[in-house]
Amino acid sequence: MPEWLLWFTHFENSKIVALLLFFSTFCGILIYVFTGKERSRRLESYKYMPLQEDDEQSDAAEGEVADNERNKA
Amino acid sequence: MAQAAIVGSTEQYNYAIIRKFTVMALVWGVLGMSAGIYIAAELAWPFLNFDIPAITFGRLRPVHTTLVIFGFGGSALFATSYYVVQRTCQTRLYSDWMANFTFWGWQIAVGLGALSYMAGYTQAREYAEFEWPIDLLIAVTWVIYLLLFVQTLRRRSQPHIYVANWFYLAFILATAMLHIFNNLAVPVSLFSLKSYSLFAGVQDAMTQWWYGHNAVGFFLTAAFLGMMYYFVPKQAQRPVYSYRLSIVHFWSLSFLYMWVGGHHLHWTALPDWTSTLAATFSIMLLLPSWGGMINGIMTLSGAWEKLRTDPIMLFLITALSFYGMSTFEGPLMSLKSVNALSHYTDWTIGHVHSGALGWVAMVTFGSFYHLIPRLYDTRIYSIRLIYVHFWLATVGILLYITAMWVAGIFQGLMLRSFDEYGNLAYTFVETVAFLHEPYVVRAIGGLFFISGLLVMIYNVIMTVRRASSETAELEARLAAKMARAEGQA
Repeated sequence: MPEWLLWFTHFENSKIVALLLFFSTFCGILIYVFTGKERSRRLESYKYMPLQEDDEQSDAAEGEVADNERNKA
Repeated sequence: MAQAAIVGSTEQYNYAIIRKFTVMALVWGVLGMSAGIYIAAELAWPFLNFDIPAITFGRLRPVHTTLVIFGFGGSALFATSYYVVQRTCQTRLYSDWMANFTFWGWQIAVGLGALSYMAGYTQAREYAEFEWPIDLLIAVTWVIYLLLFVQTLRRRSQPHIYVANWFYLAFILATAMLHIFNNLAVPVSLFSLKSYSLFAGVQDAMTQWWYGHNAVGFFLTAAFLGMMYYFVPKQAQRPVYSYRLSIVHFWSLSFLYMWVGGHHLHWTALPDWTSTLAATFSIMLLLPSWGGMINGIMTLSGAWEKLRTDPIMLFLITALSFYGMSTFEGPLMSLKSVNALSHYTDWTIGHVHSGALGWVAMVTFGSFYHLIPRLYDTRIYSIRLIYVHFWLATVGILLYITAMWVAGIFQGLMLRSFDEYGNLAYTFVETVAFLHEPYVVRAIGGLFFISGLLVMIYNVIMTVRRASSETAELEARLAAKMARAEGQA
């Protein structure tokens, strides 16, 4: 086994290995998510999913919910 | 009957199971919060024990935590996860019997747990007090839940899995892992409720708090973030602020939470480096927590006026504000120096409740107000009562957490005070006497909060009754029309 690979087998180096693995994965996720115009556009398009449902119903936010008190009035 | 069953099974979505979980969430909520108020009152007025073992603080406390976390919170998560996964995947739940199994398995486990604590049976592991037979029931129920959720995702008619489902799935997976490993135990005998943990000493403590903090992280945070990512955009009728931020939020939160349990064991037999590592990860956790909070709140960007006109939005955005506040307070308390003051005091209790009441309960109430009218195909009975609920809940939380800040910080300072000769300046009983007034205020805060919940339940009952009368009216009209048509023919 090459000398440099043996370095990974030493227990005291596990923290560095873990740091490098996790940090590079995190950087990879950031790069994947925030680069590429087409990918960014595709990822952002998913945010409309909850609003594209079939049987929509009127909503309190739209002021269309018939409040009981107002109904009585 | 048979016809009703056929109609039920051919509906586009399985709403029956969601209705059942929603109702039980409210039932457990009232019972669990009542138990909480009673034990809060016991701490202020100890005679309320009445020398009855079943209702002493030690036995009712796990009843309170189990009913509110697993009964109320858990049922709310089952309900909303089944709703969100069906709606965003545009498919029905994979199996009706599996859904019903999760309902009965979960309700029986929560009910048996509460009864067994009052009878004096407990594993004495915080938030995991269930004895081993109930643990087995939970494990089976949870695995069925996982299978049902994954199979429903697999048969989705949408190409993408919406981010809310990622959070729900992480919650289901992590909870399965936490529950199974934390409860590894050897029963004393097949017919005994007692068992011995597989772990011992400080490893047992570490396993317990690895479970305990991830119960907060995945059960009370990740899953409710799933709720937030669906119901905030739905209620606001606007997409979430940034989908890409939600992806980074998901991965960083899921990764960082797993490491922080050790901060519950500062200044104990746990090796110093372990609790320091946990504190470091706790500080890092601030970033995804606030990233998610900002993502949720900024969904309203450009439409802030909704906060003036929509009480449901008020619930959801206030919940996110409390989420931001308690996820700032948490990392602060995980610092060793702060923890030396805050640990073993009521500051911790205040912190937990700013998260549990402010975040978990408020986001659940907001989501339920959105969900319930849709489940019954009607409109909410009274918007004004939602406002009443909101203010009762908010005032209740503020009374609760300010009382606990005062109690905890002063308690910590009193326990650390020395006189000029280096002796303790206060006896323990003096700190107990000091705590009486904050405890009274805390109990009053709890009363405010549960009053709000009772208002909600009244509003829900009236909503459901109106839905029933609307259906009956519709059916009568339809029958009359049919009869007329037949008469003409």
